[in-house]
Amino acid sequence: MKLELKGITKRYGSLVANDHIDLTVEQGQIHALLGENGAGKTTLMNVLFGLSQPDEGEILIDGQPQHLGSPSHAIRAGIGMVHQHFMLVPVFTVAENVTLGMERTRVLGLLDRRRTRRDVRELSEQYGLQVNPDALVEDLPVGVQQRVEIVKALLREASVLILDEPTSVLTPGETEELFRIMRDLRAGGRSLVFISHKLKEVQEIADVITVIRRGQVVGQRPPTASDAELAALMVGRSVQLRVTKPPASPGDVRLDVQDLTVAGEEGRPALDAVSFQVRAGEILGVAGVQGNGQTELCEALLGLLPPAGGSVRLEGRDLTRATPQQRLRAGIGYIPEDRQEDGLVAGFSVADNLVLDVYNQPPYSSGIALNLDTIRKTAAERVADFDIRTTSTATSAGTLSGGNQQKVILAREIGRDVRLLVASQPTRGLDVGSIEFVHRRIVEERDQGVAVLIISSELDEIYALSDRIAVMYEGKITGFRDPDVPAEELGMLMAGATDADAAASRHGDGLGAAGAETGLMASGLLGIGVPDTGPPAEAAPPDAAPGGTAPAAAGDGDPADDRGEPE
Amino acid sequence: MSEPASPPTPPAAEPAADQTSPAPRGRGQFGRTVLDAILEGNSAVVTILAIAVAMVLGGLLIAFTDPAVLRAWGSFFAAPGNAIAQAWDAAAGAYVAMFEGAIINPHTVAAVFHQASLATALHDGYVSAVFSPLSETAVNATPLILTGLSVGLAFRAGLFNIGAAGQWIGGAIVATWLGFGVSLPPVIHVIVCVIGGFAGGAVIGWIVGELKARTGAHEVVVTIMLNYVMYYFLAYILGTSSLQQPHSTNLISPVIAIDSRLWHIAGPSLRVNAGFLLALAAAAGVWWLLERSTTGFEFRTVGANPSAARTAGMSVERSWVLVMLLAGGLAGLAASTVIQGTDYQLNFQSYGTYGFDGITVALLGRARPLGIVLSALLFGALHAGGVQMQAATQIPVDIVTVIQSLIVLFVAAPPLIRAMFRLRRARAGGLSETVAKGWNA
Repeated sequence: MKLELKGITKRYGSLVANDHIDLTVEQGQIHALLGENGAGKTTLMNVLFGLSQPDEGEILIDGQPQHLGSPSHAIRAGIGMVHQHFMLVPVFTVAENVTLGMERTRVLGLLDRRRTRRDVRELSEQYGLQVNPDALVEDLPVGVQQRVEIVKALLREASVLILDEPTSVLTPGETEELFRIMRDLRAGGRSLVFISHKLKEVQEIADVITVIRRGQVVGQRPPTASDAELAALMVGRSVQLRVTKPPASPGDVRLDVQDLTVAGEEGRPALDAVSFQVRAGEILGVAGVQGNGQTELCEALLGLLPPAGGSVRLEGRDLTRATPQQRLRAGIGYIPEDRQEDGLVAGFSVADNLVLDVYNQPPYSSGIALNLDTIRKTAAERVADFDIRTTSTATSAGTLSGGNQQKVILAREIGRDVRLLVASQPTRGLDVGSIEFVHRRIVEERDQGVAVLIISSELDEIYALSDRIAVMYEGKITGFRDPDVPAEELGMLMAGATDADAAASRHGDGLGAAGAETGLMASGLLGIGVPDTGPPAEAAPPDAAPGGTAPAAAGDGDPADDRGEPE
Repeated sequence: MSEPASPPTPPAAEPAADQTSPAPRGRGQFGRTVLDAILEGNSAVVTILAIAVAMVLGGLLIAFTDPAVLRAWGSFFAAPGNAIAQAWDAAAGAYVAMFEGAIINPHTVAAVFHQASLATALHDGYVSAVFSPLSETAVNATPLILTGLSVGLAFRAGLFNIGAAGQWIGGAIVATWLGFGVSLPPVIHVIVCVIGGFAGGAVIGWIVGELKARTGAHEVVVTIMLNYVMYYFLAYILGTSSLQQPHSTNLISPVIAIDSRLWHIAGPSLRVNAGFLLALAAAAGVWWLLERSTTGFEFRTVGANPSAARTAGMSVERSWVLVMLLAGGLAGLAASTVIQGTDYQLNFQSYGTYGFDGITVALLGRARPLGIVLSALLFGALHAGGVQMQAATQIPVDIVTVIQSLIVLFVAAPPLIRAMFRLRRARAGGLSETVAKGWNA
């Protein structure tokens, strides 16, 4: 099925969210829509899915103009959507979820559960989705929940599948797995629209890349286009992708963590005798698949989690039993992992958010009263200094874009005199321009002699910033490396290999292919089975085969994928 | 909005009536401003409309429960005009009586001018009579301001204080006991009793905060249960010799000492007393605390996002304890103004509905001190006017409670009010509507 958008324009008042957008998605193509947050990608997809009506322009499917007045129209036209935030009922089973809204019934209106279960199982086998129809959705990892959404769309016979920022909630391993599924779907003749702001992913998976900036299509590129070219298109100016940083000149030990242990659930410690040091003027990057104790490490360092053992010292001062406020006063700057939940008060003004953890200190307060003038004046300075795009310092922080929210937090945390900066996933979900800014500021802090601890599940970020890398696995640090370590070796450590084994991989040629495996190994750790045990050859095409898709068209799928459609 | 709105929208109807001939453009702009305010959920406009709609519904209720009106409807087809006129008279009569009881009564003003001179008017109490309705409004509003502040302050810190009634009783017992049980010099006695009232309520509130902070017990459950505890404790203690009036079998305390009573601030014949000033001062204090102090900044942060508060190094538990202590104290102050300001003794009925009205006052005032003062004054006026209305028209004073509850119902459901007034507008163009729904970005 060929999908065409012609001159789609969507206005909200004086704001033009989509300005005469033309887009053609061919059958069996993965078409990436690349753009910064707020560029109008999601608006366009909402128009396509019938959630909002365009002011101008038309949508054609196989050359036929369509009127998509609601999502049910879009579904009938063969368009499926996997939303950024899943539309699933947590307490229902997978089968119940996928059948919601199109319940199959037998006589007397009884639900035909058997048939639904069978359909789910068949689709799951056909595309290697590994979805159990009887599992409760709330028990499933995020990556599997996303696959349930895909099953839902496939069961509704979608021949065009829209994936709205599908990787933003996934770990690297899960992302690999999703890409494999996307390739299979493409091989099956379906068209996919992949919305993202991540250059690497788009280059890896897409057949065509359309770049959108400020509601307009600014260019179309093949996936072979360079990072720099795509980034420049996306942001509208040339962007520095690699952080240029002078070599570190580490000073004295600032942070000294010895045998820090934090109790976890089910008797297994969430943090298991972790020891490391961070020196002044040095960035230590903590890599690892998410959920291996990084969150607990951050919270224990800030004093939000009580330690079960071990010690934390900052500049020789014992902070093991100190309250969060005492630690902040001692000079810890903290950028939390979840900025919406822990970093900001959405309803508060930018100015108030900028003093959220220094409100009771001079010069922002005198005794028990707030010094509103000082708070306002400082806020104006910070907004200018950190290039926070806001209409005024009285604007509520919740209305800012993700990048600007993060700049507010960054401005607050490094705006005061910090000795140690702990930043957890500092650029998650940010656009290229903001990532560049945040990285540059963090390196500047290091160069001024601050000890920096970065926790990130994005290897790119770890490589870009770190002067030394520590890898976490199941609450332990499995090894320390220099930033010139090959990604394969880090991958092995992230997957639980011992320090010695990982080091050995650098020699012996036979292990060179380990890099390709690491993604799979990592995803295996998360309990998501990786189906590389031979393709499900006898994928019987039942009635679930998409109506509008001619099976013959599957021939032009990825030749590298040896899974042919039985014809 | 070129068409004048139906009666319940005074802000929109007024300009349409005033400026029929000149500048139709200005009229349209004004209508647009009002409309945008409604569509965008401007709380002040929604509140005013909610009050207006509740008053209209209350009027209908009065009109259609009045026996004379019902009789007139019985002969509707013989004399349709009569039925409508009767209905109008009944509702209008009730509201006029209410206005006279709450704000000003023209007859009392006229009476002043019938006196020989202002001096005699003053001396014979005619001037006082003019201000009597306002005094009653203030007296009725006083405890509502304080219980409203009690609930509102807790709201701002993210806590639902359903326990102002129980805290009120705590304050009342202490204030009453100090009022008749100890003898102190004049001014000091008043102050000691007021502080005692605050402390009595604060202890009850503190229990709630401490339980929540230490054990995670939900404040709604705890406050509701403490309301029962305090209610029956009051019944019990009023029957014991420690608080019961000697030689009485009723559940009533002795009268408090004259030295411990709050001063009348507008002459001896008007009931308005220093308690009203105390309530206003408390409102100013709560405003300062919330908006200007570091402690209030903590309260607001804890209320808006406790996990961000924790991450910023604030002690969420400490805030809970402190805010419940203060909320209890404010409810206790409310008791103090009732006992020391107007009732001078405590009986089993005197706890009234102050605590629960505090919830409605705080909701209507959107938990902002100024809003709370204004909504307490409105409810105070409704109460004062309701008494007059019952005397003048035999309509039961309970209709006031109906109106009061309707107001809060409409305020609590702003989409309802907006839907009611948007219907007319949706056809004319939905720009504001789309903007209100937002675009993703």
